[in-house]
Amino acid sequence: MKEAYKETTRYGMVIDLDKCTGCGTCMVACMAENNISFKEDETNKLDSITWMRVYKITNGRPYPNTEICYIPRPCMHCEGSHGHPAPCVSVCPATATDQDPKTGIVSQIYTRCFGCRYCMAACPYHARYFNWWDPVWPGEMEKYLNPDVSPRMRGVVEKCSFCHHRLQRAKNKAYLEGRREIREDEYIPACAQACPANAITFGDLNNPEHKVYKLKKSPYAFRLLERLGTNPKVYYLSRKGWVRRAADN
Amino acid sequence: MDYALIPEGVKRCSFGKFVLWISAVSLLLLWGAAGALLCWIKGLNQTNMNDYFGFGIWITLDLAVIALGAGAFFTGFLRYIIGIDELKNIVNFAVIIGFICYSSALAILGLDVGQPLRGWFIFWHTNIHSMLAEVAFCITCYFCVLCIEYLPLLLENRQLKKIPSLNLFGHHLHRIVAVFAATGTFLSFFHQGSLGGMYGVLYARPFAFRDGFFIWPWTFFLFILSAIAAGPSFTILITWITQKITRKKLVKKNVIALLAKISGWLLLGYLFFKIADTIYWATVTAPARGFTFMDFYRNQPYGLWLFILEIGICGVIPAIILLTRRGRENNSWLILACFLNCTGVVINRFVFTVQTLALPVLPFDRFVTYFPSWQEWASSLAVIAYGIIVISLSYRYLPVFPQEKELNPA
Repeated sequence: MKEAYKETTRYGMVIDLDKCTGCGTCMVACMAENNISFKEDETNKLDSITWMRVYKITNGRPYPNTEICYIPRPCMHCEGSHGHPAPCVSVCPATATDQDPKTGIVSQIYTRCFGCRYCMAACPYHARYFNWWDPVWPGEMEKYLNPDVSPRMRGVVEKCSFCHHRLQRAKNKAYLEGRREIREDEYIPACAQACPANAITFGDLNNPEHKVYKLKKSPYAFRLLERLGTNPKVYYLSRKGWVRRAADN
Repeated sequence: MDYALIPEGVKRCSFGKFVLWISAVSLLLLWGAAGALLCWIKGLNQTNMNDYFGFGIWITLDLAVIALGAGAFFTGFLRYIIGIDELKNIVNFAVIIGFICYSSALAILGLDVGQPLRGWFIFWHTNIHSMLAEVAFCITCYFCVLCIEYLPLLLENRQLKKIPSLNLFGHHLHRIVAVFAATGTFLSFFHQGSLGGMYGVLYARPFAFRDGFFIWPWTFFLFILSAIAAGPSFTILITWITQKITRKKLVKKNVIALLAKISGWLLLGYLFFKIADTIYWATVTAPARGFTFMDFYRNQPYGLWLFILEIGICGVIPAIILLTRRGRENNSWLILACFLNCTGVVINRFVFTVQTLALPVLPFDRFVTYFPSWQEWASSLAVIAYGIIVISLSYRYLPVFPQEKELNPA
């Protein structure tokens, strides 16, 4: 029974949009944690790499009735449906992107990707980024790189990995302590850890003991583009009807 | 100067004039090579593609030349498998056009990927579920078939023919060309289809996604049909341009008319299924994903006009011209119909590549614009220069058109 449960671990996120202030800490934490390089001139956001991107939406009504909501958007780690895997997984011609059946995490093998960008075309969330430039870190910044995360080379696609290296670290720690399972608080991605408003909750969506399990069942929970059948593992919470309506077509 | 290389009994321009012509075209090729080299050395930041437009002019060009190059396999199929004898007078030229189209497509693909040196990963780490993997396999294999089909023609060169071993090899190769025509047909059906399948399977891109049969979305079959409808028209168009430039009749009218008629019927069949597919997509597939038909055409540059241009002006009109005897027999109408037919298939490939990516799917996302950089334009235009050079060399030194002597008596 325990083994069967283990097989169906599905890591996911619940982001409370009513708590999110749009401060961008999640984006900064993600960039620092995952060795995301940056360009000398970052004004063109269309070729900048932001695994975690915060969108700003409004209710479209004039002042004083204007309301704003910020939507942090990591990779959705889509589960797929009706026999389809995640949209990006089945299209990759070189099997450079895959879904771990044990965790549900959609991975990217940078050294196997040859940069055809078909996965980017398949992803409706724009969660995949191409390295248009050689990765460069100015001055002494190379010393601050995370040794657990490999930097990516020019010409390959990359995306949010739910800080997969943190899962590896937690597993190693559990192994050394003679445990088979890792605790809920042992594996948390950098964005969730850094959020000052505690808007991001992370855990196993299939485990009734994890917070995300309860949160995703909230009547205010929704996912982006539900009707496409991508079956994302990132849920959002908002008590505002216009926010929930803005998430799907 | 090169008289000894020119086929017997035909007239060609002076060597000086030919060199001048090739040099002028080579300038365009060199400009393209400069753009391509910059992309290879400095990376794809030399293009204007971005994370919203991961596919740009190159992919449209790739899909377009592969569709237009379908004249090679389809003419070969009609000539060697179905046995339509008249087409022997144009099949050589169709093979050359196909060779140009497919070699250009492979070169452009090598330019378009971020890590060209890892291109072989597609064969080594193949994901059998990916339509792109199938495309890569079939295109590569079919290009080899095209090389084999081109080879007997190359060996027909006056000087090469004098070498007995090569002559014998060419003769035997020619005898089994039907086998290669059949192989080419099989491979082409699959990669033309898989190119369509590439977009039809994008179930999270409602503009491109289509239901289908078994593992193949309807776009799989539509791409095959549109390619075999446009391919022969492209062969006619390039034959006409070659005749205009050389100021000679190279292929008899009845051969052209036959190819035009076949193209017309195929176009009609394609339009029927395309319109049926569009109706089903607009009324069933897209609404199930929360989109109405007009959501795809409202408030953005790619309006309904593009749809009307593709299906109406570049679809229905050429079909009518090609299917009427008077339309086929009038040279101006025929060429206009072929041009529109080819333009229609190019627009179709553009719509599936660029428009699919351009349309935002997230409700709060915005429409961003893309215009190719000079490096992208230069390398794309270089394909035309390359085509002109290959055709010019082939026409000058090889007996491409069997009816040339008869139509242009000395």
